[in-house]
Order: sequence, then structure tokens, then C-alpha cells
Amino acid sequence: MSKHTISILVENRFGALSRISGLFSARGYNIESLSVAPTADPTVSRMTIVTIGDERVVEQIMKQLNKQIDVLKVWNVSEHDAIERELILVRVAATERSQDEIIRMSQAFGAKVVDVASGTMALEMMGDEQEVENFLNLLKPFGVKELIRSGAVAMLKDGK
Amino acid sequence: MEKFGAEILVDSLIEEGVEVMFGYPGGVLLYIFDVLFDSPINFILVRHEQAAAHAAEGYARASGKVGVCMATSGPGATNLTTGIANANMDSSPIVAITGQVTTQLIGQDAFQEADAVGITRSITKYNYLVKDPRDIHRVIKEAFYIARTGRPGPVLVDVPKDVSSTRAEFEKIEKVSLRSYNPVLKGNPKQVKRAAESIAKAHRPVIYGGGGIIISGAAEEVKRLAESQKIPVTLTLMGLGGFPGTHPYFMGMLGMHGTWPANRAVRDCDCLIAIGARFDDRVTGKVDEFAPHAEIIHIDIDPSSIAKNVPAQIPIVGDVKTVLHQLLKELQTTPPFDNSQREKWLEEIGGWEEEHPLHYHSSKNSLKPQFVIEKIYELTRKEKPVITTEVGQNQMWTAQFFKFDEPRTLISSGGLGTMGFGFPAAIGAKLAKPERMVIDIAGDGSFQMNIQELATVAQYKIPVKVVILNNQFLGMVRQWQEHFYNKRYSHTCISCQPDFKKVAEAYGVKGYRVEHPAEVGPVLKEALFSDEPAVIDFRVEREENVLPIIPPGKTVYDTILAPPSISAARRADSRRMK
Repeated sequence: MSKHTISILVENRFGALSRISGLFSARGYNIESLSVAPTADPTVSRMTIVTIGDERVVEQIMKQLNKQIDVLKVWNVSEHDAIERELILVRVAATERSQDEIIRMSQAFGAKVVDVASGTMALEMMGDEQEVENFLNLLKPFGVKELIRSGAVAMLKDGK
Repeated sequence: MEKFGAEILVDSLIEEGVEVMFGYPGGVLLYIFDVLFDSPINFILVRHEQAAAHAAEGYARASGKVGVCMATSGPGATNLTTGIANANMDSSPIVAITGQVTTQLIGQDAFQEADAVGITRSITKYNYLVKDPRDIHRVIKEAFYIARTGRPGPVLVDVPKDVSSTRAEFEKIEKVSLRSYNPVLKGNPKQVKRAAESIAKAHRPVIYGGGGIIISGAAEEVKRLAESQKIPVTLTLMGLGGFPGTHPYFMGMLGMHGTWPANRAVRDCDCLIAIGARFDDRVTGKVDEFAPHAEIIHIDIDPSSIAKNVPAQIPIVGDVKTVLHQLLKELQTTPPFDNSQREKWLEEIGGWEEEHPLHYHSSKNSLKPQFVIEKIYELTRKEKPVITTEVGQNQMWTAQFFKFDEPRTLISSGGLGTMGFGFPAAIGAKLAKPERMVIDIAGDGSFQMNIQELATVAQYKIPVKVVILNNQFLGMVRQWQEHFYNKRYSHTCISCQPDFKKVAEAYGVKGYRVEHPAEVGPVLKEALFSDEPAVIDFRVEREENVLPIIPPGKTVYDTILAPPSISAARRADSRRMK
């Protein structure tokens, strides 16, 4: 069992998202994360789906996706050289004492402070899976109050 | 030109060549039905929407054209779903049109509202909610195109009441273009070459054919492949008729209720040529031990069917007929096969056939269901009737004891296994092929699931024949309870049932009841060859079993065989004496 990032170009029509997500649920496959938005061509959307499965399950998912009438193209990004990014918004507990350390750490990860409230601080951070995990691990001791992740988006390096 | 949405819809259907439709009216369909009233389309009013979908499928499978059914919003649409799911599993091209509540009311729990598109998403090849009458023509064109091309399947078009009752500009579209949908027809030449080499060097090849042969119209190509290469053939339930049932190379159906020689040959073959088949669990049994010694060539138009259940060494994605043409051509330049090996292989299979042929113990006094089927076959050989079946024992006995020589002569619910399918499917088949005899081989359980369609055949005088193999049991489940649950017949006895002869007569349909073997021939002759619908209630032996059976998840060596016939036992004895 391993993690796979699947990138899909799909007609930007209502129902297309349900058909695709339905493929996963109908076969008992879980979607770890899912992001969708129109591409430069507004009639086409890009979906990035992260799922966990063994080779055979993922191969079957890819075939089922390819079979969909609305699907233009499917890639298993995990098999290619790709840039993967995820955006997170995280609110951590921040006291006067810890504030500076949180800010220093954020700077090291290229994160931004986007909101400061009494006793908490909201940060925005972007990175690949590993960077996001590292950042979150470092924040944990301060007390993570809320975490919102966008799900991964991915782009192939060879420009295909 | 401006037209009402309903007119655009009906005009578009006529343009697609629709001659017959099956359906049931309802509130949101009133505009459409008003237009249908003077249209040339032959509209058949069924008595339950499920039957409309099955009839559309029967029509599609008998003719090769797209079948059309229509139902109203809410319960009409939900009643269609079983038929849609059936068409989806058996890759049958149907277009289902449902009415929907007015656009503004969608999502408000309006009267007779159901989310037809949402409900049918996983049981259709594609579906549409039409929100603008200007889209109707394009959507209908696309729906038919999607339904009949590639791996065919059902497409649902949901039309809200206001969309059918509003005027819109009607502009004809000549061609469908869907950039995201381009089925591959031609096989990859390198793979075809590999397949040809594999076939030529094989000593023990087997063709395992499925419904894809029939859908793609490739029966002739399969025959040429089998005959030119001396390859024995087995077919799935869906494939029956895809290769002549009377051909000396035909081993019978394979799988759970398949013949001993077919299942043994698959077990021992060194090259399995799967043609338009999908390695269903009823075919493979225990997957790891299915064709364990074979190099598997898998030809299918649907890439997701390839290597889904059983890995294929030589996958070929493409239309079966097109690929077989390529393969036959390739074989002409491939070094020839070893004839003596093939002869040996065919002889070995002949030995298995002799060892355990399909048989049952005939009886002089009680009626055997297999005997009824044999008799129907014998009496109608010249007519080449279209046979539909229900699901269960009736279906398996038909598959075993009726010999289908032509494609599109068996229409059965293969994938979904829908009881109640056969009778409405027969109605659809008869409308597609009015000149052919059409017989539904039914069980007493299944027939009662769509028995109301007797009114439809009576109203339109559709001369389909229903043969009930009446054992007063839900026979297949009872058989499993006998084999695997200590004969605890939990809720499978349905001896409380109507007198089917009288029921038929009450509907104005000719009814018969047969209890003795001697009556079978005369009654069949009268009922089948008349030009009116008929129901024949055959009171068959109650606990007759479908044999052989490979228990689920087991292998050919676990087959429960029919007790040997006297003649076979004698043959075995005489061999021993030698």
C-alpha cells in the first residue's frame, strides 16, 4: 500500500466531480485529498486526487478514470518527476513567550502570519508533503488549535 | 425554427431512427406524451416502468440498435433503475428518458421528485440533466452515440417539465464530437503479432468468448479463428450464440454451471484466448486457479476489464471484430501450428465430453425441466427462435440444454441476474424481430416479478410465449440450501401461487398447464406455433438440480457432477472390461 497522487483533466461540467469521486467510493477506495479548479482553459478542470492503494487497485482506478466520458487525461503523478504542493492554514496557541519562536520557525519554512488573535496565531504555509509534515511536527508542541489543508496539487516537471 | 422542448425531443428521437419506445406516462411528461400522440413512434405502454427498461434492452439486444424507454419523475425514474443497472452490467445500449420536476422546484422535495441523475450515476455509462431546451437535441444525439459506441451501455436523460414545455430554437447538429470520448477500435499491431505467435506455438489453446462477440458482431470471425487454427471454443452465458452451439469444436458454457469438458479444457490449456469476456467470478471460480498454465490473450474494448480479475500476458484493447480481423491476417504470415498436437488436444477434450456429458435422468411419469427445454429446442430448430430467460435454474438449464447457433438468439440477464427480466425482454425482442418466434423460459418465481406485463402483450397482441418451469420453489437458492445449508429451505418454497393458466386467461392470454411428459410435445406445438401470446405452466419435478456445479470460489476439481447416466456407466463398464 502506498500513496498515489492522480492528476486528471476533466470537462468542466456539473456532475463530473460526483462521477469521479463516486468511482472511488463505489469501490471502497478512500480519497485522502481532492482539489479541483478550472485550468487556463475554463472549459476544462484539473483534479488532483491523493489516494492510498496497492498497485492493482491504483491500476484499476486509473482505468476506470480513463473510461469516464468526461475525462480527458489521467496521470499517476507518483510515477513521474513532479512538483507537488499543498497549502495549509494552521492556528496555533501563542503566548507572549512563544510568539517569537513561532515567527522564527515560520520564516524558516517560508510561512506567513495571517492572523493574530488573543492567545492564538494563524499561519499560512505552502510546501510539498514532507515540508508540510515537518512544519506541523515543529508546531505541535505549541498546541495546534485548527488545521486546514488544501489537499495536494501537482504539476509534471517535463511540461507534459 | 422555434419548437417546444417536447417536440425537439421527439424529433431528435425520430432522427436517431427510433421506431419503438417503451414507457409509462406521468405528470411531468404530459407535454412529451402530447407530442408522442401523433408521432410515428410505436409507443408501447408497459404496466411497470421496470419492464420498460427491460423491454428496451430486449429490443436492443435482439436488433443491435439502441433501445429507448421513458418514465416519469420520482417513482417512475426509480422503477427504471433495475433495468438500467441490468443494461449497464450487460453492456446493452439503451437510452432512458425520465421526466423531472420543473427546474425551479429541483431540490425542494417537490411532488414526485427524485434525483434521477444522482441515483443512476453509478449504473449508467453517462447521464444528463437537461436544463435548457436548446440543449435537448445535442444531448439526445450524444446520448445515442455514447450508448451504442465503445463498450455500449445505458445513458439516462433527465428532462424537467419546464424544459419540455418551453419553446427554443431548434438547430440540427450533424455530428457528435466529444473530445474526451474516443473509443479505441484497432488493436495495437505489436500485441496482435504477439497474440498470433502465442496461438501458433500453443499445443492446447482454448477460445473463451463472451458477450463482446455478439455486441461487436464478430461471430463469423470467431468461427474463422477456431476453424483455421483448430481451437476448441467455450462461451460465457452472455456469449452463447457467438459460436455455433452445434459446432464440433464447441465445448459448451464454462464456469459455475459450465460443462466438464469446458472447465477441464480451461484448466489444462496453455493458451487462453479471451474474446470480449470479463473473467466474471461465475466464470473463474477460484481466481488463482483459473487457467493456471495458460498464457492469456485478452481482447476487449474496455481497458478496465483487462487484468481486472485475472492478469493477462497479452492484453489487446480494441473492438473484438476489428482485432480478430487483424489477428486472422497476422496468422497468415505466422509459422503454422503443430497439427498433431492440436488433434491430440481435441481428442482429449472429446474424452472429457464422453466422461461427463451434460445429462439428466429422464422420467416417464414426472416432468423434467431439462426435457422441456430439449423439446422446445427440438421443435423449433428451423425457426431459430429468440430465447429470453429469467434468472436462476431456468436460465442455467436453458444455457445448458438449448443450442444457440446464431448471435442475438439468447437474451438473458447475465451480470446483474435480474429476476423478472425475461418476460419484458421478450416483448422488446419481439418488437425488434416481429418475424421471429420469441420465447421466455421462466421460473415461477421470476415470472411473478413482472407478471403484470401480460396486460401489455394482450393489449398490443404481442405473440411472445412464456414457458414456466414451475417447481414451486425459488429453485436456485433452494438448490444452494440443499448443497451448502443442510437442506434448510429457508423462505424458498413458493407453493402458494396463482394458477398461471387462469391468470393468463384473466388477462386475455392463452394459458396451458402441463403435468405429464407425454403432453409436452403436443402443447408446445400448439402454443408456440400460434400467432398469439401464450403462457405454458409446466409443473416440473420440484427438486431437480442444475448440474454440474462448481461451488463458489472453488475449482473444476471440486465440481459436483450429475450422477452418471446409465449409458455412460455402461460405457465405462465396457471400457473396464476391455
